[in-house]
Amino acid sequence: MSAEDTLLYLDGVSVSFDGFRALNNLSLTMMPGEMRAIIGPNGAGKTTMMDVITGKTRPDHGTILFEGETDLTKLREASIANLGIGRKFQRPTVFEPHSVWDNLELALKAPRSPLKTLTYAISREDRARIEDILDITRLSPKRDRLAGSLSHGEKQWLEIGMLLAQDPKLLLVDEPVAGMTDAETEQTARLLCDIAGKHSVIVVEHDMSFVRALGVKVTVLAEGSVLAEGSLDSVSANQQVIDVYLGR
Amino acid sequence: MLDVRSVDLHYGAAQALRGVSMTAEVGKVTCLVGRNGVGKSSLLRAIVGLKPISGGTINWDGADVTKLAAADRARRGIAYVPQGREIFPLLTVRENLLTGYAPLPRGKRSIPDEVFELFPVLDSMLERRGGDLSGGQQQQLAIGRALVTRPRLLVLDEPTEGIQPSIIKDIGRAISYLRDKGDMAILLVEQYFDFARDLADDWTVMERGEVVLAGSRMALNDEDVRKFLTV
Amino acid sequence: MLTRFFLMGLDRKAGLVLTVLALLAVLVPVMTLVVPEGSPWHVSIFTVSLLGKYLCFALLALALDLVWGYVGILSLGHAAFFALGGYAMGMYLMRQIGPRGVYGNPILPDFMVFLNWKELPWYWLGFDHFWFAAIMVLVVPGALAFAFGWFAFRSRVTGVYLSIITQALTFALLLAFFRNDMGFGGNNGLTDFKEILGYDIQAPGTRVGLFLATIAALALSYMIASGIIASKLGKVLVAVRDTESRVRFLGYNTESYKLFAWTLSACMAGVAGALYVPQVGIINPSEFAPASSIEAVIWVAVGGRGTLAGAILGAVLVNFGKSYFTGALPEFWLFALGGLFVLVTLFLPKGLLGLWAQLTARLPNAKGPNAKGKNAPNGKIADQKGM
Repeated sequence: MSAEDTLLYLDGVSVSFDGFRALNNLSLTMMPGEMRAIIGPNGAGKTTMMDVITGKTRPDHGTILFEGETDLTKLREASIANLGIGRKFQRPTVFEPHSVWDNLELALKAPRSPLKTLTYAISREDRARIEDILDITRLSPKRDRLAGSLSHGEKQWLEIGMLLAQDPKLLLVDEPVAGMTDAETEQTARLLCDIAGKHSVIVVEHDMSFVRALGVKVTVLAEGSVLAEGSLDSVSANQQVIDVYLGR
Repeated sequence: MLDVRSVDLHYGAAQALRGVSMTAEVGKVTCLVGRNGVGKSSLLRAIVGLKPISGGTINWDGADVTKLAAADRARRGIAYVPQGREIFPLLTVRENLLTGYAPLPRGKRSIPDEVFELFPVLDSMLERRGGDLSGGQQQQLAIGRALVTRPRLLVLDEPTEGIQPSIIKDIGRAISYLRDKGDMAILLVEQYFDFARDLADDWTVMERGEVVLAGSRMALNDEDVRKFLTV
Repeated sequence: MLTRFFLMGLDRKAGLVLTVLALLAVLVPVMTLVVPEGSPWHVSIFTVSLLGKYLCFALLALALDLVWGYVGILSLGHAAFFALGGYAMGMYLMRQIGPRGVYGNPILPDFMVFLNWKELPWYWLGFDHFWFAAIMVLVVPGALAFAFGWFAFRSRVTGVYLSIITQALTFALLLAFFRNDMGFGGNNGLTDFKEILGYDIQAPGTRVGLFLATIAALALSYMIASGIIASKLGKVLVAVRDTESRVRFLGYNTESYKLFAWTLSACMAGVAGALYVPQVGIINPSEFAPASSIEAVIWVAVGGRGTLAGAILGAVLVNFGKSYFTGALPEFWLFALGGLFVLVTLFLPKGLLGLWAQLTARLPNAKGPNAKGKNAPNGKIADQKGM
C-alpha cells in the first residue's frame, strides 16, 4: 500500500533492545479520521510501537511517515509533538492542585514563553475552545473543581481533554480504561467515538468489552509484528490469534 | 486454606480489584488466569501483603491476616515467587537461597534437600552470582529460595514467562511434585494456558478486576476458561 | 496592562497584607516621632529598627516562598542573595563614611588601611554613588542566581540534590567573604556607618525613613509576587512544582520558567538585605552561614509555605520569638528553634495559615485558587459521585 493519503504509515519497522526484538518488521497504516484499536498479549510490542511513533525510541529499520510525507524517524520527541501527535499515558497525570479549567488552559495551544504567559489574558476564542472540550469530556459541571478531587475516570477524561486542547491530528491513547468502573468505561468509549473523525485515534487496550464498544477496526500485535487485522469478531475467531493469547 | 473475601484494592483513585473472593486449598494447585490488566498481579500482591487492600478480608490457615505486614505473613508460611523472579543479582546462588532463612526460627535454618532434587542445576552453580544465571535458572532459583522458607502457601506469578521450553517442563514437574506432597497450597498465575491446564486442580478466572468464573478442573470445560483468555 | 497585572493578584490575602502594612506605615512613624516619650503609646526608635529588621526578613521569606512554595525549589542558601544585597549597600555606606573613619582616610575604609592597601580595589569603584549601589543590589544577587540556575536547571538537577548545592553555594560565599584579603572587611565585615543619602544614619527621622522604605519594598514585592502567581505564568510554575515532566511534555520550557522565578526571587532577597544593613548597622560574613538560610526556611514553613502571606507571618513571628528568647533565655533559643522545626514538619505541614484554613473550612469540595467564588459552595457538596 502506498503512503499517499494515509495519516500514519509504518513499513517494516524493527526495534531491538539488547538482542530482544521488540518490533519485528511491523507494518501498519491509518487513514485520517480513523480510530484503531491495538490489542495483543503481553510483550507484543504495543508500547514500543507507540514509542517509535512519538520519537521516544528510534527504530533500527523501517519507515514511519506522517501524513504521507513527514519522516518521523528523523525527528525528536518535541518536534513530533508539535506536528500534532499527542500521547496519553496509562496513569493520569493531570495537575492536581489546579482546577479542571486551569488544566485545560495550560494545555491549550498558545505561546509557551514565560513572557507571553505572564501577560496572558484569556481570549474569547480560547474560552470557547475550553468550553468545547469541557463539553466533549462531560466535565463542564466540574470546571472549578481541583483536578485532584476528581474520580479516576474523570481524571482520565480531563487528560484526554488536555490532549485535545493541543489540537492534535493523531491521539495515541494507552490503556485508558484501566481501573475505571463499568459506567466510566462506557462513557470513555462514547467520548473516544465523539473525538474520532475530527481527530485520528489509536487506542491500546486489554479490556475487550471496551474494544467491542468502540466498534472499530482492530489490529492484533504479537511478538513485534501485526498478526491479524479486522473487526473484533473476525480477529477473535482467528486461530493464530487465539493461540498467541493462550501462550502457545 | 487461603480464603480471600470480597477484596477491594485501589491504586490512588483507580480501582484494580472489585469484591474479589477466591480460595486456594492445601494439596491443590489453584490457577488464577485472565488477560493482561485484569488484576491478577494486584491480587497476588494483596495476598502476600505487599499492597494494602481497601476492603474485604484475607484469611490464611484460619486466621485473618488482612492487617499483617508482608514479613509476618512470610513467617506464617506464605512464600512469593514474583513476576520477573527478583533474585538478588550480586549474591551467589547459595546466598540467595540463604535469604530464605529470614522467616525461619533458628532451629529450622537449613536448605531442604528437595530444592536440589527438583532443581539440580542450582547445586552445580552454588557459587555463581545470581545475575549471571540465565532466565530459566533464575526462575528455578527463585522457586528454590521460596521453598527454603518452608511455605504452606506458594504463590507464583507467571513462572514460565520468557523461559525456554525444557525448563518450563522442569518447573511444571516441580509444581506437580509439591502439590502431590499434600502439605502445600499452590496459587499459580499463568498466561500460558496449556501449562496452567496441565497443572490446575481449581480455576479462578478474572476479568476487569472481578472473579468471573471459578471451579474445579472437573467442573469446568477448557472452553469455558479459554473464552476469558482470548480476544 | 500593569494595572491588570496588579489587580489580578489582589485577592483577599493581598488586601489583608497590604492593609496591615499601610496601617504600620501610618501608625509607627506617628507613634515614634509624634507621640511623646513618656506615653505608653510611644514606640522607641530601637523598636522601629527592630520592626524594620523583621520586615526585611519577611521580604526574604517572601522571596523564598516564591521559589519554594510555588516552584518547589527548596533553597537552603537563599540568605546568600540577602547577604550579597546587604554587602552592596554596605559598600555604599562604607564609602559614605569618608574621612570620619578611625584612620581618617577619605577614600579607603578603615579595614583596608589596616591591611596596608594603597588604593581602592576595582570592584569598589562606583559604590560611592547611591544609584550604582542600588543597581548592584539587584544585579549582583540576580546575576549569581541566573548563572547558578542556568547550570543547575539545565542539568535537570532537582529535589534534594538541588538543595544541597544551594547550601554549597552559600557556604562557599561564607568562606570567601571571611577572608580578609577579599576586600570586604573579612570576618569583621562592614560597619560603623555614618550617613545614608546625606542623612545621619542614627537619626530618628532616617530610621523611620528606612522603616517606611522597607514597608514599601515589602508591599511592592508582595504585589509583584501575587500578580505573578495569579497569572498563567504562576499556574505553570505551580504545575512545574508538581509534575515538571508533564509540563515539559505540554511544550513549556520549564528551565526558563524556573530561571525567571529564581532570579526574581534572588533580586527580592537582595533588596531585603540592602534595607536590612542600614537598620542593623553592620554586615558580616555570618549572614552567609548556612544556618541563616535554614532559619529562613523555618520562617516560611511555620507561616505556611505556598501562601505568600504565610511567609511574612512566619518570619515576623519566629524572629519576634527569637528576640524574646535570646533576651530572656538565650541558651534555650536553639532548642526552641529546632523544636519548632520538628513540630512544624510533623504536625503542621501547611504551617499556621494552613491550620487556620483547616479550622475555618466549611467546604468538602475544594475550589481552584482562581475561582474567586464563581460557584456557590452549597449546591455542590453532594455532587461527589455524579458523573
